[in-house]
This record gives sequence, structure tokens and C-alpha cells, in this order.
Amino acid sequence: MPELALRAPSGRGAGVEPEATTRAVRVEPVMGTVVSVDVRDPGEWSAAMDLVVAWFHRVDAVFSTFRPDSQVSRLGRGEIGEAECDADVREVLALCAEVAATSRGCFDIRAGGRLDPSALVKGWSVERAAAMLRRAGARHFFIAAGGDVVAAGGAAPGRPWRVGIRHPERGDRVAAVLAVSDLAVATSGAYERGAHIIDPRSGLPANGDLLSMTVTGPSLTYADALATAAFVMGEAGAAWVPERRGYDAFAVTRDRRSVWTPGLDAVLVR
Amino acid sequence: MTPLRASLLVAGTGVGLTLLVSFRTPPSAPAAATAPPAPAGSVRPTPASTPGASPSGAAGASPTPAAGGSGLRNGTFTGQNAANFFGPVQVQVVVSGGRITDVRTLQQPNDNPQSSYIASVAMPMLRQEVLKAQSARINIITGATYDSESYAQSVQSALDQAHA
Repeated sequence: MPELALRAPSGRGAGVEPEATTRAVRVEPVMGTVVSVDVRDPGEWSAAMDLVVAWFHRVDAVFSTFRPDSQVSRLGRGEIGEAECDADVREVLALCAEVAATSRGCFDIRAGGRLDPSALVKGWSVERAAAMLRRAGARHFFIAAGGDVVAAGGAAPGRPWRVGIRHPERGDRVAAVLAVSDLAVATSGAYERGAHIIDPRSGLPANGDLLSMTVTGPSLTYADALATAAFVMGEAGAAWVPERRGYDAFAVTRDRRSVWTPGLDAVLVR
Repeated sequence: MTPLRASLLVAGTGVGLTLLVSFRTPPSAPAAATAPPAPAGSVRPTPASTPGASPSGAAGASPTPAAGGSGLRNGTFTGQNAANFFGPVQVQVVVSGGRITDVRTLQQPNDNPQSSYIASVAMPMLRQEVLKAQSARINIITGATYDSESYAQSVQSALDQAHA
């Protein structure tokens, strides 16, 4: 088909805008959430998406704290040592330690009394998956996993991805929309009676002055971990996030204000 | 060419749920179209450091029909019964004028306090978020989530039928 023959190569080259009408979507329940992959470059992406989906299942098997037989669970129980774990596990633990060292005590993967690097693993795994898609030639895509997002390129020629930051108290609203291109976005929070984030300083659920904390930056690995640490920190966390170069914060406070760092001015949709 | 697909990621919380629905759209569907600005609920903007203008976002955006239609058939479509950790979930999606106009619960877990709470919180959010996100033309939602894949699965299967 001539049309396909003309289209297929066009999006693979650097700097070539994707066809607005081209998209390949994959939705996969994995890692206790739903991961979605949406590629806007022309071409055949099913093989690359298969690899990405297989990757997430592997991450689930190795890192899940809900699987007693995962390496992280066994490591946490002391049944195996780090040396017996995959290199990926050691990499994640090193990254967690790096974030913890700068977190003013607000990031600790043993805060809940057991080993749980989940606050970094999801973002890290999505970032890895994004790298897989890039190696396969994709330039315009997003991968989203339970609120952790890598938005690569744009949704269409000349159009950034629009990422809605869910309003923490009103499920039918967004607190803000970010128009982003080649950026990672992660959100942590404890909405209403929702999931708890443990404050390592007290060992209790974080009960600070924030309802949600969204962090943007070049790496979803750090954005994910920083969002958790900054949420624990509270409103002061918004000012702490930019200490890591390239990262910005948008928070909704318990007294219903939105606060954000100046770096987001350019991408906040008003 | 295979039919084009758009994707909506709808994230809810409370106990939270993330719903990911993909549905076909016409080539002209403006995935990143500008949403009408509106106040973001009760949130007043107060910049962390440098003062900035209000991030209005798409909150409160009124529904806008997708240009050229959604590719969805009008009708009522029942999703598959998707079991999750807390129990079976089944939803129904109503499409009118090519748009999702309602999401109804046919079956939801209610056999223990936790699952009942999840269902009571999640389903109203699910409805609102499907409808709102559809209108706001947001590509992706980020939010702190406790995720429920079964809702997404059931809605997805209902939408698949709407495309058939």
C-alpha cells in the first residue's frame, strides 16, 4: 500500500513530526495498576510494545512487595542478600539510597518496617520502558503507570502532551494541566482516606500540610521518588524539589492552595 | 489501516482507582485541543516562590463534542465481568451522540467493608472522570492512586463493543 510505504519511515527519523492520525495503544494490567503505552509515531509497534509489557511483568515479579517470592520480598526477609539479586535490584537500591541521602529524612524504603522500594520502582521501570521504545525508534509517545508518566515528544505535530494533575479532593476535576514535551511527571498524595505514605521521621502516615505533590523533571525515576519525599516534607518540599537540577513541583495544600515552582510557569496551562 | 485509537487515562482516588480507557477517534480528533479555562475548584493559586498567574487547568470545562465524532456507536454496552482482589466488577457504558454519556455499575464488590467502600467511592469517581476527562481533552492524568484494574477492564470491554 503506497500510503503506508510513504508513511512508515517518516516518523523514525529524528526531528520528523509524527502523523497526527497515527497511534498505537497498549493497555496492560500489571504491577498492581494499569500501564498504558501510546505511540504516535507511524510504524508497527506491536513487537516493541510486547517487549515493554514483558518488562513490566518482570519488574512485577522481581520487585513486588505483594509477592512473597519476589526478590525484594525475600531480600527484605533476609533470605537472600543483595549479591544474589538481579543487578536491577541493586541499581534500584542504590538509587533509593541516593535519594534518601538528600531527603532530609523524608525518604526511607524501610520506613514501613519492611523493605519497600515501590516509591521509586514504578517510575524507574516506566523510564526503562521509555528507553526501550526509544531504542525501537519511537519519539512521540507516553507511558503512564498509575499516575507516573513519561511524555515523550508530542501528542501530534506541534502539540505537547496535556497532563492533567488530578484535583486531590474532586475526582471530576484537575487542579492544573501541564503541557509538556519530553518530560516525566509523577504524583504522590494521600487523598481523603486513601493510601498512606509513611513519614520515616515518625513511622506514622504522613500527615503534613499537603494533599498532593506532583514532580516533573527529566527522569521519572527521580520524579517518582522526589514526589514521595516532598509530599512527606510538606509545603517546604516544593522548594526542596528544585534543589535537584531540572525538577519542579506542583502541590495542592491541605488548605486548598496550589503552590508551584517557577520552572513550571512555562508549562502550566492557564 | 486499523481504526485509530485515542486513550483516556482517568485516575481516581479516595481509596482511588485508575481507569484507563482507550477508544477510537477520527483523525481529526484534537487530542491536545485547548480546554476552556476555568477555576480549579476551590484551589486558590499561591506560588511556592515566584508569584505566577493562576493555573486554571481544564477544571470545570464544559463538555465539548469531539470534532468529527468519536467513532463510538450510540447505545448501551455492557462490559465483561472483571474480577479483582475485592470482588467482581461489571459496568455499563452509555454512548449517545457518539459520546460517553454515562457509566453505570452493574456489579461491584460489597461483601466486606473495604470493598464496599472502594466501590462506593470508586464508581462515582469513575463516572465523573470518564465524562470529564473526555470533555477536557487531557491526554494523561497524574494523581496519587490506589489502582483498580478491574474497573478499567470492564469499561474497556464495553467500549470495544461500542466500536464493533
